[in-house]
Amino acid sequence: MTAQLTRRRRSGVRAGQTRTAWLLVVPFLVVFAAFFIVPLAYSAYLSTFTSKLVGGEVFSGLANYARALEDPSFWSGLRRVALFLLVQVPIMLVASIFFALALDSGRVRGGKAVRLLIFVPYAVPSVVATLMWGYIYGADSGLITQLFHAVGLDAPNLLTADTVLGSTMNIVWWEFIGYNMIVLYAALRSIPESLYEAAEIDGAGQWRVAWSIKLPALRPTILLMVIFSIIGSFQLFNEPSLLFNIAPNAIGTDFTPNLYAYNLAFRSQDINYAAAIAFLLGLVIMIVSFVVQMAANRKERQA
Amino acid sequence: MRTLRTAFGAITLSGVLALSGCGSPSTTQSTAPATAKAVTQAEIDKAMNTPTTLDFWAWVPDIQKEIDLFQQKYPNIKVNLINNAGATQQYVKLRAALKAGKGIPDVAQIGYDRIPSFTQTKSLLDLTPYGAAKLKPDFVESAWTQVEQNGGVWAIPQDSGPLGTLYRTDLFKKAGVEAPKTWADFATAAQAVKSKTGAYITNLPGNDMPQILGFFSQAGATPFSYDGKTTVSVNLDTEITQKVVGYWQDLIGKDLVSTDPDFTDEWYQGLSRGKYASWLTAAWGPTFLQGTAKNTSGKWAAAALPQWEAGQSISANWGGSSNAVMAASDNPIAAYMLAEFINHDPSSTLKLANEQFLFPTTKAILTDPKFTGQKSEFYGGQQVNQFFADVAGTVAQNQQWLPFMDYVNSSHDETLGKAISDHGDLKAALTAWQQQVVDYAKQQGFTVK
Repeated sequence: MTAQLTRRRRSGVRAGQTRTAWLLVVPFLVVFAAFFIVPLAYSAYLSTFTSKLVGGEVFSGLANYARALEDPSFWSGLRRVALFLLVQVPIMLVASIFFALALDSGRVRGGKAVRLLIFVPYAVPSVVATLMWGYIYGADSGLITQLFHAVGLDAPNLLTADTVLGSTMNIVWWEFIGYNMIVLYAALRSIPESLYEAAEIDGAGQWRVAWSIKLPALRPTILLMVIFSIIGSFQLFNEPSLLFNIAPNAIGTDFTPNLYAYNLAFRSQDINYAAAIAFLLGLVIMIVSFVVQMAANRKERQA
Repeated sequence: MRTLRTAFGAITLSGVLALSGCGSPSTTQSTAPATAKAVTQAEIDKAMNTPTTLDFWAWVPDIQKEIDLFQQKYPNIKVNLINNAGATQQYVKLRAALKAGKGIPDVAQIGYDRIPSFTQTKSLLDLTPYGAAKLKPDFVESAWTQVEQNGGVWAIPQDSGPLGTLYRTDLFKKAGVEAPKTWADFATAAQAVKSKTGAYITNLPGNDMPQILGFFSQAGATPFSYDGKTTVSVNLDTEITQKVVGYWQDLIGKDLVSTDPDFTDEWYQGLSRGKYASWLTAAWGPTFLQGTAKNTSGKWAAAALPQWEAGQSISANWGGSSNAVMAASDNPIAAYMLAEFINHDPSSTLKLANEQFLFPTTKAILTDPKFTGQKSEFYGGQQVNQFFADVAGTVAQNQQWLPFMDYVNSSHDETLGKAISDHGDLKAALTAWQQQVVDYAKQQGFTVK
């Protein structure tokens, strides 16, 4: 079977690469068009209508977009996820880099076990993770409250409107530090041994090796993570959506733009406006990701 | 987040929007066939003897039991039950089906507060020609007024929730207070309960609009009305409602009432730990509490809701739902017969009351000793059903709904609910709620009177 396939591929190369390449790509393109391009175009189409309970749906051009730009719910959600991005992501990345470097240095006893322990939270579905943290945060009988009471202190309420963003950040740290650490660790393992040997000959210590060899080697990986983190932050949904059930008044229906779009579509039945919000959010994500990538590339060229 | 698995969340949402079956963005609302003429017995007999399959959507657990009774009586009718686990899920699915014009059930369970939102889209069948109007005398008035509106009967009442007080007799005794007769007594008792037992006399959640609307109704307010066409009125911010929120503001400010969100884990634990000395709840509350706070068995009792004026006895309603026939049904007669049988036939309604613990709406069951005579050990041997059956007759009949209660609800959580939860200014929040609802109504094209 394998031999047959190889033979066919070889003859294909000879017969004309382009045609075969297209043939191979067609199944993907069909699926891509059916489940990505068409729904996307359809959503764009929907977003140009305005639906009212009285009067039904009428074509309204960009009216939904204009409404979104003046919608305090949309902006407050964007501000919130921007704050989330600025606070949560740097701390998460620094922690991931620290753990990856520590494990890679080989100085951690039981390194394999530690690696697994840090990584395990990522294997827990975010739904389960959020429910679990919800219990830990519980204001009356949660684990944190009990610990505070055990030492005779007043426990902070971690599920109020002021604190819930921080509580969400904590859940996301817990979930993703391990994942990022593993990716960075894998990148570190791929650094050629010869570089370390050269450094040793030059008399470089562990810190110097980390600073001058390991960190520069991690650069592309870190950039990738930053981009993923930007997308993930702006699309924050699972965690607040589940915390909503535990702290309904701390998390409004517009806590994040994604949650807002969901609630508009499925609670307020304003599918047209929700589509417009989703598109604007996508646009914001593209712009921010693009700017970050450009900035990083320019730096690289300068370096 | 942070990974590829959600990297395309916004895109997925667009996909879901497309897949949720919205059809083309034109209004494809199913309209009721114009059958104003009464259906004859011969037509009914014919329909019930023709092999038919009905789709029935509900969220009451084990409603198959009652369906079985129906199928025994009408062996030619097969009922295909889809249990949608909860009201929220059911409305989302139902609206998607209505928009798509496909997969619409014949009969659906709908909460009283959502009936106008489905009549507004002309999705429900007027049951008058099928004989629904003659059922009126068999139902308690407060339930029937919820289904008969604007010249039509839109559903058959299934259950209701007359409000009362469930309280911890041990905590009240320790505090040296009786079940409060008036709201003034309730405030006084709150002091005693807090100082002698450390418990809050009750909890006022910031996420439960139906409960606070019940309190408004008891005080005599009618915050909403809808003419069935395009005119609504919104009177959330009135002297009466301000009096009600002002009352709670005072108790919250003195830390005599807690403000935990209800139906959450913390709240369940609060009930069983004795954090709250009472729960102002509906007739479906007793059974619910029994399951939630088993360890406090025998310590509870039911009493009337505190009154604004001494000597009054006015209650209000919290929750309850009905079975409606969808306008798109191809078998309206059989569908109507199913909705009627489940909620009117004594064998079915007794089962609903005693096995699924839905608080009945038919006078027959409310006076049936098989229902009212049950003594509950959890309530120290009190005949709780009898108690709430009596309350059912005192429910204020002023409750009406807007055709967009989903929005009203989320707006409540962001204004009044948030102020309750954050111990903020309830009166200002009430004004904000009123403003938001009026703005939304206008934006949706309604005339606000």
